[in-house]
Formats: sequence, C-alpha cells, structure tokens
Amino acid sequence: MASLDDLKKRIASVKSTQKITKAMKMVAAAKLRKAQESAEKGRPYSEKMNNVILNLSSGISDKENAPKLLSGTGNDKVHLCVVMTSDRGLCGGFNSNIIKKAKSYFSKILSEGKELKIITVGSKGNDQLKRMYGDKIVENISFKESKNANYFDADKVGKIVIDKFESSEFDICTIFYNQFKNVITQIPQAQQIIPLNSEDSEENTSEESYEFEPDEDEILSNLLPKNISTQIFKAMLENSASEQGSRMSAMDNATRNAGEMVDKLTIQYNRSRQAAITKELIEIISGAESL
Amino acid sequence: MSEEFKIEIVNPEKSFLVKDDVSEVVVPAYEGEMGILKDHISIISFLKPGIVKILSKSGNESYYIEDGIVEFKNNNLSILTSSIFNIADMDKSKKQDLLKQAEEESGKEEINDQSRYLIDQKIEVLKTLN
Repeated sequence: MASLDDLKKRIASVKSTQKITKAMKMVAAAKLRKAQESAEKGRPYSEKMNNVILNLSSGISDKENAPKLLSGTGNDKVHLCVVMTSDRGLCGGFNSNIIKKAKSYFSKILSEGKELKIITVGSKGNDQLKRMYGDKIVENISFKESKNANYFDADKVGKIVIDKFESSEFDICTIFYNQFKNVITQIPQAQQIIPLNSEDSEENTSEESYEFEPDEDEILSNLLPKNISTQIFKAMLENSASEQGSRMSAMDNATRNAGEMVDKLTIQYNRSRQAAITKELIEIISGAESL
Repeated sequence: MSEEFKIEIVNPEKSFLVKDDVSEVVVPAYEGEMGILKDHISIISFLKPGIVKILSKSGNESYYIEDGIVEFKNNNLSILTSSIFNIADMDKSKKQDLLKQAEEESGKEEINDQSRYLIDQKIEVLKTLN
C-alpha cells in the first residue's frame, strides 16, 4: 500500500491536472461560441452559391461540353482525398473519427484497384495517416498560424486542388471533415466536390429562366473554382466548430474523471491515516497494559 | 407602389449587408456597368473589380469590390463576393496597399490574359479611388 506521503502527492498532481482540463474546457467553450457563430454566418454564402450553381447547371443546354469541374473527366481512376483535421490534439475522438472514416474509404478505393492521392489539412491528420498511407500523401497543409478559419486559407487549399485537377492529376475529389451537429455529436462527413454531386443538394431549381451575362459556360467556369473554395471553407468552419465542441466535451469528461479520482484517493488517504492512528493507539495501549 | 427591392451582400464569413429599401444598384458586371432597378429580369452575372453603388432611401453607399457573382431574382438581389470594402471606411493607406498589391501582381509574367485584364481593371479602379 502506498504511503501517506505518496498518496498526498498523487492527490495534488491529479488536482492540478484537473485544473488544467477545467481551464481548457472553459477556453474551448468560449472558442466554440465564436466558431459556431462564424459557421452559422458562413452558411448563407455557401447556400447561395449552391443555388446559383444549381440554377446554372440546370440551364446548361448541352451537357457534353459542360465544364469538367461539373461533369467530371469521365474517368474515376484517380481519387484525391482532402482530409481535414485539427492542428492540436486533446479533443477527444475528433481527429480519429475523421481518420477512421477516411481510412475505410481509402481501403475501399484501393481494393477497387484505383489510385489514391491524399492531401492532409491539419497536422494531426498527417501524423496519423503518414504511417499507413505515407507514400500516398501528396501535400500536407497546415494553418497553425491562423487563429480562426478564414476564407483566405480555404482559397489556398482550393487553388491547390484546382491546379491539380487542371493538370489532370486526379478524376474525383472528396473532402473529409466533421460536421458540427451539437457539442457532443459531430458527424464525420465525406463530401465529393469534383465532379459536383448535384444529387446531394436539394432540388429547388425554379422554373424561371435566367438571363446570363456573359453566357452560362463562362459564368460556370468562373464560378466552379470559387465553389470549390467555398465548400472547403464551409468544411473548415464546420471542422473548427466541431473541434472546439469535441474538445469541450472531452475536457469536461476529463475534469469529471479527475474529480472522481481525487475523491477515491482522498478516501484511501483518510483510511490509511486512520489505520495509522489506530495502529499507534493499539501500540500505546498494549504498551501501557504490559506495565 | 413602391419602387424598392431587397439587396443582400454576402461574403464567406458573414452576411455583409442586408437592405430592403433599395431603389437602384449599379454593379460592375463583367461586360460593363449594369444598373438594376425593380422588376429587372432574372439575371446571373459575375463581377469584375469595381464599385458597387447602392441607392436607397436610407442613404447612398458605395463599396469597392474585387470579384463576385450577382444574382437577381424576384426582386431579390444577391451579391456573393469574397472581398468587399466600404469605401467610406477605407483610408488612404488601405487603398494604397491594395493598389500596390495589384501592381505587384500585374508585374508577374506567368498570369493569363483574363486575369491580367482583371488586374488592370483593379488598378484602374483603385487609381480613381486614390
């Protein structure tokens, strides 16, 4: 059995860990509010963008000549996966959920004999994937310096993806991220962004025809790259809200566990203190009796 | 009957501006400036760098915009843009910065004709602002 001194030390160390996790929880809660807000604020843009593209693509007369970003290259040999994770740990299952989702997708693709390329956004994803799929990772992007998800960063990722598409390095692009549902639930998502999967979005195209200036094709070919960045940005916003939510609940759990541990250790400490006192008393009494 | 319609400007981070008493909006569409009044035909177009003028009852405003898409439908005008600045809020140094950036970009050689055209537009607009 541990000595009284050891127990005291352990209690103190657990208590200070608890303090840290509590502080992290508070920070995550504050950040979560901000991230959630910006995720909500960012929604109109991506929704509007989607609507415009839907309207446009339904108005396109000949599907044959539609921009490749919309219709695809016609092949599905090379898959590019953009796996978006956080740069920091201690956020529960946040990163591993995305990785799990991504890995099952990877093995599906590889078993179909297709080629796989990976872009990781965020250093945690890179750390976890590099062991198994190190040779498949073509790019690793991390935005450690930027505090909040911003469009500029998303645009950078979008540009890389589009550059690769234009130099025909891949046929299909899928992004992986966590969709924020609430603080305890985040749903890992796989979303195909190239070619645009119009089945996913709700059909609310109006009958009304639009005037286009210049023509549809030109607008579309201008709009689609922007849409890629927008989708990535949306994923980043969702991800950062999810990350904070996940961290908050993880830290909440950790704080609670630490509290339980402190209670248990305190009881153990008190018991052994009591035992020591009793032992001493018995010694004194039996010593006195023998006189 | 009022001659007003609704405008919404959104950028990726937030809904930038919402107004529902707008009487006229002038946008720098790709093929030239375009004035939009109530009951305009539904239109989608994209924007080149320029100035968006909003005329409304509650005062006129102008914004400097670098790119974007404009959609008008059922008397709802939406402008989607990734970079927009209120001209009234822009001070001299901000304008100078933007101009310098644009000029640096146009100095590069590997850009294609279309983006060069857009950058030239940008420089021109910024020069008039300065």
